[in-house]
Amino acid sequence: MKQKDETILEIHDLSVSFRMYDHGLEQTDLQVISDLYLTVYPGEIVAVAGSSGSGKSLLASAILGILPGNATVHGHLHYKGQELTQERQEQLRGTDIALVPQSVAFLDPLMKVGAQADGHRKPLPTDKRKSIFKRLGLPDKTEQLYPFQLSGGMARRALVSTALLTDAKLVIADEPTPGMSLEQALEALRMFREMADDGKAVILITHDLDLAFEFTDRVAVFYAGTTVETALASDFKKGPDALRHPYSQALWRALPQNGFQPVCGFQPYAGALPKGCLYAPRCPYKTAQCMDAVPPVREIRGGEVRCYYGA
Amino acid sequence: MKRTTRRLIHIFATYGIRIITLLLAVSVITFVLVSVSPIDPVRQYIMGLGTAVSPEQRTQIEEYWGVNEPLVERYVGWMSELVKGNMGESAIYRRPVADIIGERFVNSLALMLCAWVLSGVIGFFIGCVMGMYQDRLPDKILKKVCYIISSIPTFWLGLVFLLVFSVWLKWFPIGFSGPIGVLDKDITVWEKLHHLILPAFTLAFMSFANIALHTRQKLVDVLNSEYVLFARARGERKWTILRRHGLRNILLPALTLQFASFAELFGGSVMAENVFSYPGLGSAAAAAGLNSDVPLLLGVTLFSALFVAIGNMIANLLYGIIDPQIQEVGG
Repeated sequence: MKQKDETILEIHDLSVSFRMYDHGLEQTDLQVISDLYLTVYPGEIVAVAGSSGSGKSLLASAILGILPGNATVHGHLHYKGQELTQERQEQLRGTDIALVPQSVAFLDPLMKVGAQADGHRKPLPTDKRKSIFKRLGLPDKTEQLYPFQLSGGMARRALVSTALLTDAKLVIADEPTPGMSLEQALEALRMFREMADDGKAVILITHDLDLAFEFTDRVAVFYAGTTVETALASDFKKGPDALRHPYSQALWRALPQNGFQPVCGFQPYAGALPKGCLYAPRCPYKTAQCMDAVPPVREIRGGEVRCYYGA
Repeated sequence: MKRTTRRLIHIFATYGIRIITLLLAVSVITFVLVSVSPIDPVRQYIMGLGTAVSPEQRTQIEEYWGVNEPLVERYVGWMSELVKGNMGESAIYRRPVADIIGERFVNSLALMLCAWVLSGVIGFFIGCVMGMYQDRLPDKILKKVCYIISSIPTFWLGLVFLLVFSVWLKWFPIGFSGPIGVLDKDITVWEKLHHLILPAFTLAFMSFANIALHTRQKLVDVLNSEYVLFARARGERKWTILRRHGLRNILLPALTLQFASFAELFGGSVMAENVFSYPGLGSAAAAAGLNSDVPLLLGVTLFSALFVAIGNMIANLLYGIIDPQIQEVGG
């Protein structure tokens, strides 16, 4: 394993919980992310894949320190070998770590797109922004439009441009491509690729697994708020035998081109998580051990897996 | 350009028709209400004359006024005079109603305008502070203050202000719009302002709490929005967020609320003007009601309906002018 100071981002044993009112005035802590790990090296794009509710977007908020006030974070979060404290997060966000959010709702509805992309930092990067808009295929008049006048694809491209404008070493893109045409999506991903080749790192949160396998270096598979496996993107292209966790294998088989096979059961809800391995209730290989204790992370064939039997 | 003109004409025609129909409805309802009320305008008129009147003379007056004609005919008669600009003569002031409303309205307008601006500015500012410190100490204290203030009746607050600032501290005069015993033309602007301050503050005090609480809630909504989350993710600090996104997004609802508050303002001014013996439209309305001055009462009612309707119309139009999203839909 590479040394800590070489990583851009290193996360292990991360848990996030929300303090909620349960019945009446009773407070409970709802754990939504548990024992999550993720390591990102310079020069690579890591895809974060998993179904809705698996904690992908929350991870982004946790890294940036923008979780709501009732959230508690435990575990190790390191940026370039330094612990990510609240203070450090405030310094880094928008300069060293950039976010590409999900939807047009993340744009101020009453601010013109150009001014919004330029951001609040002086001097305004207007010229650079114009050239990025051009590259992303946004027409000149876009900067004079309000967010509600944009199509879904234009809004996503405008959001992508905000990250490309910064000199961030780490870009967290939360589903940046839906709504774009294939060409536009490819162009956006190409720009991320260029950033990565420049020595930066990109975390690509996505549902679009095909694009992810094509453009990323590694894929982290999330399930119910934890990482079940991180594998090389090429492993996913090879097929289920190259994968290590039963859930990743099931995910691969569920893709339309790979047989479209569903798996019975549901992802467990936060607050009703099983005691042992989170995937055990749906796993065909489970044993008594899986139901009792959470399996440790093991390194197998250049990937990592949280499973007693993964091979 | 041509399209804009046509749109403007369209807008004003629509609102014009709406206001005219509203005034018609208000006039019918008030006229019927006054007719079925036990008010006897003839008796009121005779009392105002101050001399005894024989039963024959009384019948003559009744005939001349058409008191015994059917309701519809009386209404039509009144309406046709109103359309010509004749609002009748006030029974208590013995002067044309239109003149009274005109001069009283100028006084009221000065009072309401001061109160309106004061309450808007103070309310918006306090609302912003509460929103920024949501659920922290400044917010908790200010919120309680706002709740207390909005539950105090205007006339009571006016009395307390009078007691403290006029009677004890002697900072402000005790009433009226100018010093007593000075001719109207000799009163200076400063004297007028001096008399205006306390009633204006009373009136403003009543409505700023409402505006502050609304502004706070709107700002809290904005701060919880996804675009503010993204602004934070881009490194914007608290006050930068307020400046770049907060103010922009709460100003519109605040402005609308401000113009829509004309009705409350008018209602409050009736109380405040009476407590301070301020010669405005509100005290005229109260006097007309208490003394059964039918022409003045009808006139003031119609005029205040017009005033409130115009306030609401401005609120609607402003929204269309300022908010690009509505502008687009309208075009």
